[in-house]
Amino acid sequence: MSAPQPAVPAEGGWTGAIRRQIARRLPLEELLPTHQPDYVRSWVYLFGAITIAALIWVVASGVVLAFFGPQWWHHSSVGRFFNSLHFWGVQVFFVFMVLHLWTQFWAAGWRDGRGPTWVIGVVTFLVSVVAGFTGYISQQNFAAQWIAVNAKDAVNATGMGAIFNPLNFGQAYGIHVALLPVAVVLLVAVHIALVRMKGIVRPIGAPEPGVPDAPAADTGVSA
Amino acid sequence: MDSPAQYLHWGFILLSVPNLVVIGLMLGLFGAALIVPFPTRNGPKSREQKQ
Repeated sequence: MSAPQPAVPAEGGWTGAIRRQIARRLPLEELLPTHQPDYVRSWVYLFGAITIAALIWVVASGVVLAFFGPQWWHHSSVGRFFNSLHFWGVQVFFVFMVLHLWTQFWAAGWRDGRGPTWVIGVVTFLVSVVAGFTGYISQQNFAAQWIAVNAKDAVNATGMGAIFNPLNFGQAYGIHVALLPVAVVLLVAVHIALVRMKGIVRPIGAPEPGVPDAPAADTGVSA
Repeated sequence: MDSPAQYLHWGFILLSVPNLVVIGLMLGLFGAALIVPFPTRNGPKSREQKQ
């Protein structure tokens, strides 16, 4: 992806250097583009966007749940509604994240220097699984107790001991509401920034946008 | 909803029917997303193709 480079004067020490790096690597035209290559005209490219929409939904409903607490989300109709919003938002998040993963796997989305984008996506998936797990054991119901009792033995069997104890509601809930959402949101932000810096990967065999006769460099991983 | 799910068992594979349904729906959605044409404001041909 090539865009006109903004003229940023070389001044200002390390802050200026960082500013010039950002302006060079992630110009506003790439961060908020108005046009996309022709090959993006497919439903499969919506899977990532739907995943982000679900994440926003999950975080927003989670903030409401955290504010009012377990009694509210179990014993009031509005609370149960927000609990369901949070739960189903997570289902949508994971379904479309996996569909996005399938799309990028079959498109070999790590090509042409996009390895870090792929790796951060994988890490985001793994962190999200832990976020989902801590969410299931933070429900404050019998299902949560059942999952936590079994998980305690599973975690213990890994050799981790009681460093993470799924039966410790305060620990699981704190990790679920304070640490993991921040991690997921930060990872997704970096993932999106990398996608915008590198552009959306060309389909295998497709010519470079704007260069109809250019040979397609479409196999393997290149930096 | 309160009763345990039915499970399918093939060798080492153990899968609940609800999970199988979700996987089937995801595969169907993935296939449909590849096949169904994407609507555009400018009609079936894109701006680049018209040039």
